Amino acid sequence: MGVAMLSRTADHLYWMARYIERAENMARMLEVTYRMSLVQNAAQSEAALWVPLLHISDTKEDFHKAYDEVTAHNVIYYIAMDSRNLSSIYNCLRAARENAHAVRVAMSSEMWENINSLWLEFQQMDKKLILESGLSEFCDWVKSRSHLFRGVTYGTMLRDDGFRFTRLGGFIERADDMARLLDVKYHLLLPSASDVGGAVDYYEWSALLRSASAYEAYLKVYRDAVMPLRVAELLVLRQDMPRSLHACMNELTTILDQLTGDAGRECKRLAGEMHSSLHYGRIEDIFRGGLHEFLEAFLRQNNRLGIEIQRTYLNAPLVNEPEKVNVVGGQTQSQSKVSA
Amino acid sequence: MASIDYKNKLLTAFDESVDSKKGVRQVYAPYAKWLGGKDFSQLAQKSRDAELLFRRVGITFAVYGEEEGAERLIPFDVIPRILAASEWAKLSAGACQRVRALNMFLNDIYHGQDIIKAGIMPDSILTNEMYRPEMQGVDVPGGVYAHIAGIDIVRTEADTFYVLEDNLRTPSGVSYMLEDRRMMMRLFPELFRQYPISPVEHYPQLLLENLRAVAPRGATSNPTVVLMTPGAYNSAYFEHAFLAQQMGIELVEGRDMFVKDNAVFMRTTEGPKKIDVIYRRIDDDFIDPLAFRQDSMLGVPGLVSVYRNGGVALANAIGTGVADDKATYTYVPEMIKFYLGEEPILSNVPTYKLSKEDDRKYVLDHLAELVVKEVQGSGGYGMLVGPTSSKAQIEEFRLRIIADPDNYIAQPTLALSTCPTMVEQGVAPRHVDLRPYVLTGKTTSVVPGALCRVAMNEGSLVVNSSQGGGTKDTWVLQC
Repeated sequence: MGVAMLSRTADHLYWMARYIERAENMARMLEVTYRMSLVQNAAQSEAALWVPLLHISDTKEDFHKAYDEVTAHNVIYYIAMDSRNLSSIYNCLRAARENAHAVRVAMSSEMWENINSLWLEFQQMDKKLILESGLSEFCDWVKSRSHLFRGVTYGTMLRDDGFRFTRLGGFIERADDMARLLDVKYHLLLPSASDVGGAVDYYEWSALLRSASAYEAYLKVYRDAVMPLRVAELLVLRQDMPRSLHACMNELTTILDQLTGDAGRECKRLAGEMHSSLHYGRIEDIFRGGLHEFLEAFLRQNNRLGIEIQRTYLNAPLVNEPEKVNVVGGQTQSQSKVSA
Repeated sequence: MASIDYKNKLLTAFDESVDSKKGVRQVYAPYAKWLGGKDFSQLAQKSRDAELLFRRVGITFAVYGEEEGAERLIPFDVIPRILAASEWAKLSAGACQRVRALNMFLNDIYHGQDIIKAGIMPDSILTNEMYRPEMQGVDVPGGVYAHIAGIDIVRTEADTFYVLEDNLRTPSGVSYMLEDRRMMMRLFPELFRQYPISPVEHYPQLLLENLRAVAPRGATSNPTVVLMTPGAYNSAYFEHAFLAQQMGIELVEGRDMFVKDNAVFMRTTEGPKKIDVIYRRIDDDFIDPLAFRQDSMLGVPGLVSVYRNGGVALANAIGTGVADDKATYTYVPEMIKFYLGEEPILSNVPTYKLSKEDDRKYVLDHLAELVVKEVQGSGGYGMLVGPTSSKAQIEEFRLRIIADPDNYIAQPTLALSTCPTMVEQGVAPRHVDLRPYVLTGKTTSVVPGALCRVAMNEGSLVVNSSQGGGTKDTWVLQC
């Protein structure tokens, strides 16, 4: 039903969407951490509050090459603006715009203008002001620009494979970001598995929910106090929660099925496997085996799926080198990036 | 409208808006009336609106030698250039006539070379750097070489037009013709109700029709046409993307294509797909590392061999540079007589060839009055405008000419017509030229419009965008 498209075009669209999604998730995590830092908590040091952000984005080592000390100011700058951080919001937006620029033909002109004006606005921002007092507004801006991008994509883009690769990039990235966020938070907030059902720091856990726009949803679904088990259930298994891993896999399997051609057998198999473990999984079983182990396996599989998509559809002619090696909870995984 | 006052008294130019009695020319009368009712500040605001919109759309060009990714806007002037229907009739007929003759010349020079046998052109043309021996005896589809031609025309009097040069390789700028029009309609819709302005918006469709018409014999009835760009960092990338999008064809780079079994394919998410016609916006030199520059990373190895065997069509053909060379230019009026048996509708600028001794002597004695150009220069680089140059610049150029006279031609400094233009202080006359885009497939035609380039600096005669030139919308009136 579709028309064949250039592999390179698909590649740029896919990465454009990944980078926008990554920028959004970075902004979400940044904002939540910032809000928590405003809640007085004498027991927690500044570093303890901000270090998890570096874990999530796998930039702790690189951060320490650039800065001596983990302070709010340093981490905010590093995550939001620093050109040395490949996953900084600055670099994500720049890469998204560069990828879009390379294939502006493949999208609607509204989409291109949207991304281009996003980049122009970003360049004109007063970076100093953001660091001093405007961080929440900045994070809101990033989120709303991402929403706008998604909206203009849904509202104007032809339903061809270009559309599907754009969405594919968004959901692969979201699944990756969400799994990392959960993994790190659980790791740090809940060192002992026996605490799972117990009372926990309300602020910490509601912050986690808020960073996934899931706080109101939690209250609506459970009508009860915030408990780690349920938070995990909501963000991993509930398919009606749009940022959950299950919801991401629902989208990914559907999109892969819709792609033209027969090349994607292995992609579909991998996605199907991941999907069924979420579709039929129970949160109690997941906790029994260890949430950390579960998320780690998920991240590995998701990464393999990304590589397989890249190999099958996106870079017939390109060699895609792993850009960096990431360590999440002691496990190694690689992530790749295409520069425009 | 104010009368024209030049600082440089050497140039008393014809102004597009002023008639011989210093009144407003008829075609500009409704515009002048409209403009009279506007504040300068309103116009300035429109100008700023336009800049903002152009930036958002990303109608920018990369500047060579600047920081990577630096993107600049070409200045856009909100005051249009207006041409009467009768003026356009002459210009368009003259431009099409030239392109027909030039295509016949290219076919001839790569086949029987009758024009040399007839003694009209010297055979030194065959050793011209732009002549491609690889193209000798190659039959290109329809015998068309220059599918897209940009003919640069200047005006010096109400009835006097000259062709300044023919651009037959990869002429650019047509996206500005289209985007300037779109912008004007957005900024000043009321003017479009007052003026019977010929539409230009169908240019991409006409281009696509012409490209499909030259598909090689083996192609299906629905040939696959692509636009080949050097990439996103090329200065004309916006135009490549724009045209591909407007035609609904793939925008490809060299690395997206490969050659197999005497055919060119592109790599798609569904596997290889055969290409029939390549509208290439990349120079001959870079198109195929096996045929031309070996260090080119932008081309497709083996492409030229497929092309020579008729497996794919290229627009423009390889080797058109020999026809838009400034040394060849002087022969175009003769070509028109020789191939078409017609009198040239548009004149050439009188041109001195510095390879000729008499001409050289005259030119070296009159450098301060002349324009001297490199034979193969483009983009306004490597030229001397005598009347606006310093003594030192002239002397420096003199040495360059003496060192390599064959590399230069000279022309009288033409008083290019001026057109009212928005500048910081108000509305002032600025020199302009005109580039209509002539398309050839089964027939030769031109859409009623053109790129109008304007030298934004007072008195300047260099309209190239690389030298600070801007653009204007060109209105061809229907009656």
